[in-house]
Amino acid sequence: MSGRNGAAPAGRREDDEAPAKTQSPRGGDLRAQSRPAAGPGRRLGPIVPASSVSGTTLVMVIAIMTYLAGLTVGGVDLVRATADDWARDIVRETTIQIRPAEGRDMDASVARVSEIARGTRGVSEVRPYSKAETARLLEPWLGSGLSFDDLPIPRLVVLKLSDATQFDAVAMQAKLEREAPGATLDDHRRFLDRLVAMARTIVWLGVGVLALMLAATVLSVVFATRGAMAGNRDIVQVLHFVGARDGYIAGQFQRRFLRLGLKGGCAGGAAAIATFLTAGLMADQGVGTAAVDQVDALFGRFEVGASAYAGVLSIVLIIAALTSITSRVTVYRTLRAMG
Amino acid sequence: MLRFENVGLRYGLGAEVLRDLSFAIEPNSFQFLTGPSGAGKTSLLRLMFLALKPTRGLVRVFGRDILTLPPRELPGLRRRIGVVFQDFRLLDHMTTYENVALPLRVAGREESSYRAEVVELLGWVGLGERLDAFPSVLSGGEKQRAAIARALVAQPEMLLADEPTGNVDPQLARRILRLFVELHKSGTSVVIATHDIALMDLYDARRLVLHEGRLHVYE
Repeated sequence: MSGRNGAAPAGRREDDEAPAKTQSPRGGDLRAQSRPAAGPGRRLGPIVPASSVSGTTLVMVIAIMTYLAGLTVGGVDLVRATADDWARDIVRETTIQIRPAEGRDMDASVARVSEIARGTRGVSEVRPYSKAETARLLEPWLGSGLSFDDLPIPRLVVLKLSDATQFDAVAMQAKLEREAPGATLDDHRRFLDRLVAMARTIVWLGVGVLALMLAATVLSVVFATRGAMAGNRDIVQVLHFVGARDGYIAGQFQRRFLRLGLKGGCAGGAAAIATFLTAGLMADQGVGTAAVDQVDALFGRFEVGASAYAGVLSIVLIIAALTSITSRVTVYRTLRAMG
Repeated sequence: MLRFENVGLRYGLGAEVLRDLSFAIEPNSFQFLTGPSGAGKTSLLRLMFLALKPTRGLVRVFGRDILTLPPRELPGLRRRIGVVFQDFRLLDHMTTYENVALPLRVAGREESSYRAEVVELLGWVGLGERLDAFPSVLSGGEKQRAAIARALVAQPEMLLADEPTGNVDPQLARRILRLFVELHKSGTSVVIATHDIALMDLYDARRLVLHEGRLHVYE
């Protein structure tokens, strides 16, 4: 041989040094196995056996986490979209309030304010509320049949905006102060600010919940990887003795866990998408019923947008990637501890 | 190739199992490592194939001091050493072919580049018809030969074998010894750990005798 120039020693005879050959499995050797094998020309089997990783449990944990994370993403998206709708509705409309004062002719003030409003850019429609309309607005609180003549009730002028960007609220407020004392512009900004703050809070809560779920997934993968490493300790030792680098060993485990992550992630993501579709279908079927109409009035239509579906897909990929990376890092750490 | 100078080894806080070992394994040499059970043969072999580090003394493998060797360089040195374990250490979920090809696979070689080599080597050790068999259905002798083939397949510069004939009959033991001798003639340094006196008598070679943790060398 040259032992370093060829696999088998050179110059050997067929029948000299080698131990007697055993009978071929296909030639009737009773010890031959029936299961598929991976000899030359066939696909090589995995170095880390699939059965040695507690895959079913981990796939289930990952599927549940992905499902819950997907629902969170969908819920956050729904809240964000509804808040955007509210905000859009609010910025399309603004109100001028004229407070009564001693000696102030309210009808004249309303007429003057309406005139100013009509001459303002971005305003498409001006609708002054009459005394009767104002009274009707107060009926839920004060009851009907009362005379409002003696009460200092403010009057309202509602403006519809054709283009909120052209409407200069600051300039209009200044003009009102100059030309219509007692009139104040309420552009709903405080309400809008609260709405935006609430929506942001819900979004951050959702992000927090997502982060916790991802952390729980990472911890599950860490435990599963440690278990797999302990169960495959002999394999890892053999791999070391035949000269495998830690990166190679980590790669073997990483591939196995990436498959598990994708499997669980796809199952959980599919379940979350199915839940969105079912909920949307049920909401569509309930249109016209009192309950659904009330919910629609408060929260808008139950309609999960494309961004939520994209979010679920992202969650699936993120969880699969996290599973894969976590297992690699855990294997490296365990190998260091073993070394 | 491999040099020990005043090497001592202890496990934890226990007594030293190996004491003041000083010897060298030269290139293209052949030696038996022997001694009574519990003398420390397996511990010495583990030091030699870099599974352990000494608690004192100097161990140089292929010119590198293993105490100061960065961990990332260990695999490169291990690939130059073939090891046959007493308990074979074959992976049960892999076929004979896959087990033997493992060192080449982990070295990153494409299967098509080593297929012929592995099949030829398996034929040489008499397992040419057992490529697809799993270890669970191999006899003790077949497992032994598969383990030897795995140790040889990457053409190591040094081969360490721990009781390679411990599980086979005398006839097969002689064949395995001849296999090692031929490997030595091809340029590989061979260290066979055994307590089989009859086997050692079959081939005149240097003997490293371990007794109560100390090594005596008989050239």
